[in-house]
Amino acid sequence: MDMIIIPAVNFTPILPEIFLSVLAMVLLLINVFVPGDRKAYLGYLSFFGIVATGVLVGAGWGGHIESFSGSVVLDNFATFFKMIFLVAAGLAVLISDQYMEREQCNHGELYPLILFCVVGMMLMASGTDLMTIFLGLEVMSVSLYVLAGFNRSNKKSNEAGLKYFLLGAFSTGFLLYGMALTYGATGTTRIAKIAATVGQMTLPSTNIMLVAGMLLMLTGFAFKVAAAPFHMWTPDVYEGAPTPMTAFMSAGPKAAGFAAALRIFLVALPTLQVEWSQVFWILAVLTMTVGNITALRQDNIKRMLAYSSIAHAGYALVGFAAGNPTGTAGILFYMLSYAFMNIGAFAIIILVGKKGEANGNVQDFAGFGVKHPVLAVAMSIFLFSLAGMPPTAGFIGKFYLFSGAIQKGYIWLAIIGVLNSAASVYYYLRVMVYMYMKDSTEEFDWMQVTAPMALCVAISVAGSLIPGIVPSIILQFAQQAIKLI
Amino acid sequence: MSNLLSLTTFLPILGVLLLLFIPKDSKGTLRNVALATTVVTFIVSLPIMFGFQSNAEFQFVENIPWISAGPFVMRYFVGIDGISLWLVILTTFIMPIAVLSTYTAVEEKVKEYMILLLLLETGMLGAFISLDMFLFYIFWEVMLIPMYFMIGIWGGKNRIYAAVKFFIYTMVGSLLMLVALIYLYFKGVEAGFTNFGLLQFFNLQLPLATQVWLFLAFALAFAIKVPMFPLHTWLPDAHTEAPTAGSVILAAILLKMGTYGYVRFAIPLFPEAAHKFAPLIATLAVIGIIYAALVAMVQEDVKKLVAYSSVAHLGFVMLGVFAFNVEGITGGLLQMINHGVSTGALFLIVGFIYERRHTRLITDFGGLSKQMPIFATIFMIVTFSSIGLPGTNGFVGEFLVLIGAFESELRWWTIIASSGVILSAVYMLWMFQRVMFGELDNPKNQKLADLNAREIVIMVPLIVMIFVMGIYPKPFIDKMDPAIKKLVSQVRPLSMSAQKMSEAQPSLPSGHTGIEMPAGHPGMSPETDSHAAPVANPHEAK
Repeated sequence: MDMIIIPAVNFTPILPEIFLSVLAMVLLLINVFVPGDRKAYLGYLSFFGIVATGVLVGAGWGGHIESFSGSVVLDNFATFFKMIFLVAAGLAVLISDQYMEREQCNHGELYPLILFCVVGMMLMASGTDLMTIFLGLEVMSVSLYVLAGFNRSNKKSNEAGLKYFLLGAFSTGFLLYGMALTYGATGTTRIAKIAATVGQMTLPSTNIMLVAGMLLMLTGFAFKVAAAPFHMWTPDVYEGAPTPMTAFMSAGPKAAGFAAALRIFLVALPTLQVEWSQVFWILAVLTMTVGNITALRQDNIKRMLAYSSIAHAGYALVGFAAGNPTGTAGILFYMLSYAFMNIGAFAIIILVGKKGEANGNVQDFAGFGVKHPVLAVAMSIFLFSLAGMPPTAGFIGKFYLFSGAIQKGYIWLAIIGVLNSAASVYYYLRVMVYMYMKDSTEEFDWMQVTAPMALCVAISVAGSLIPGIVPSIILQFAQQAIKLI
Repeated sequence: MSNLLSLTTFLPILGVLLLLFIPKDSKGTLRNVALATTVVTFIVSLPIMFGFQSNAEFQFVENIPWISAGPFVMRYFVGIDGISLWLVILTTFIMPIAVLSTYTAVEEKVKEYMILLLLLETGMLGAFISLDMFLFYIFWEVMLIPMYFMIGIWGGKNRIYAAVKFFIYTMVGSLLMLVALIYLYFKGVEAGFTNFGLLQFFNLQLPLATQVWLFLAFALAFAIKVPMFPLHTWLPDAHTEAPTAGSVILAAILLKMGTYGYVRFAIPLFPEAAHKFAPLIATLAVIGIIYAALVAMVQEDVKKLVAYSSVAHLGFVMLGVFAFNVEGITGGLLQMINHGVSTGALFLIVGFIYERRHTRLITDFGGLSKQMPIFATIFMIVTFSSIGLPGTNGFVGEFLVLIGAFESELRWWTIIASSGVILSAVYMLWMFQRVMFGELDNPKNQKLADLNAREIVIMVPLIVMIFVMGIYPKPFIDKMDPAIKKLVSQVRPLSMSAQKMSEAQPSLPSGHTGIEMPAGHPGMSPETDSHAAPVANPHEAK
């Protein structure tokens, strides 16, 4: 019985997680002593903490260390995704203070919660045991439920928190049930051992328990990444949550969902690829189409980006359905690019917005291009990147995702994908139409571009543009990352 | 210099960087810097024209690694042959004129306008010189962005509708082409290719069924851009709403992207499919010629009339290109340049009267020739060129197109298309008559000023080109000729494809290294050859 013997534990793979957890707890303590109008210091501290964690994570590049008897691993795949989470968290922290101050809910707990959420996501990416992945998912989700409802004096935020909690818990049930069935079919929760056991089955696709387990896990992940038809919670939660948290949720946890799903489906269940890739094919088509068509009609820009984020999950699912190195590297690249361009766009929305989430409609951007040309250009870059226009990172990401599908022979999937992409152009252009082509007497004099905001926009512009012109700088890492899983 | 093409292409970006540091209120400086940039770009592009050798090889080639990730290898691979040479020169030639035309037309947001114009120039030049298919696609898409803003911000009343329609129309086509492009790449990988370099794909032997799908995807993207009937509906909207410089660039250069795309990509990549679809495309081209001419005839807005005449002219280009013989393609290419010069000039002319009267309705005018004699003369010449009167550039192109198409399998199409020549005379001359002749009875027209010095300076180069290309097109044809012959050999009909394989393959450049260029040939400039000669076409003798 290896349960009794305590195995030699190597803490190296989870050093970043430990570091962030300790930092979060220290911040919670400090918070007590920081007066209400100085919460920004917590933000600075967590930002530097995130940067330091980034260095720590980056130092692990190239290594391959398993620990906790194979339930956690440090590999390039985990490292790449951890970087995505840190980028999302870092950018979200930068834009939080100004917003929270404006909405008068600047409670210091925000930052530790973001950090705990990152810890959960990191565990999801590095977990090689279904239980570790589930543990990470719960740590992430519980933090997110609180973050979504963080603006407790705002009804919509409360609604978002509760809705997210109820549906999230429901979907977690699916996921856990799926894991249990998989355990029942294979007798293990270790991903490598599942792969070995399934590999020895004569006809794994006729093993009902295994297939049911796979489908239930798939449903659980589809909830988490907001894939249609499991996307219903997304618009309300994204609209109601505080804007910086919406930005964070749409980039970080979504990437975490893909990280865990990629590891489970590509490493544990490659023998069932024919089966699951069909399901992902359908999910991808539904998700892209539902997201884009509903986004077309939105006036509230936050809600529009919420629906568009569903569509973006659909694009990533195209790469998932392909399941080949081109497509999966595309997912990694896309998730990173998406963090930059989406959080960048949300930063601009926060800047334009007024207290009480006012001024958040597309129409409110009229005249923005004249009054704030630099920010408007930045916003245009984010929107073009979201629309997938060259020379932006969004284009390269889509290029690899769709190429993966074409390489796999899913030509129609790629065609549906590009047509969706063309439809999405309409609503992204609409924002630009208002920014540049509609006249307005609006002076935008309430806008305050603080240093963290400017930094976030600058980083996001660089992140959306540079990988579009010289994609190799990111793609080579993405490709090394998927080699090891 | 080996990187002359890159220098030409990216000089406008340098201008953009300069413009960024000029305050937006000093409009004069902004305009002059933009003008200087385009003029310098034109001057830099001249050695390309003079140094270009009349052979079928790609010249001024640059080929350096760019992206290498996973299954894809993209290179910065550029070069020109006789087909793209003149389009590059046309672009650098039109741009200073377009910038100069905005000096009084654009008063608001001058800085942004000039930046967009220069970005557009880089995009267009890049698309013409790209020999890497991925690189081409990037430039092809990038062009959309400045044009979209130009129509949407500085356009007329319906500008937003027109801009969005322009963008989405073109985007749908290009994205389907992207799928085809990726598919083609993977086919190439199966055949042992290692990058997106265009030239090797000409040797790829694809089964007809595959070719058909790929050809359709490419052809759709290009047909939208040309635009061919029935995909032309975005064009009149875009043209009527666009500011003058936008219309000029749109007509003179952007539309050529579509026809150039056929000549450079769709036809040589998928020759069998191109043959298969030639009757269909010729039918659409002929419908476009006749239909657009009829629609142009009843237009009340001069600009819309010119926009529809564009559709008709490009129908001729398509007809010539799909004749698949040397005469037809030469005519098509010449017609592309001609259309750039004469329709560009027409849009400028429309811009001149619009600036004076703020209307473009034919009924608001009449008898202008009495009040504006210089304008009348220039307008007359340009009208003749657009109709294709002998002695002007329009004649040479249209004539070769019709000869080429008549000798090909498209004989019956040609006969119908010929009536388009007459129709074009009808709508252009009728319009000219109503605007310029008759009673000068509208009091608002009685005080109109004739063209000023700047406007004459804008028009003179175009007028010179109209006559040079009309009277002595030989230098133009000479440089195109070898490239066109090679293209024709690449697209021989199915029965000759075996012969094609043995003939065409050795002539294709295998190593894409830079080609050393000797000094430019003296006397090759069209401007220096002033002695009049009849239409000199090396192929007529055959």
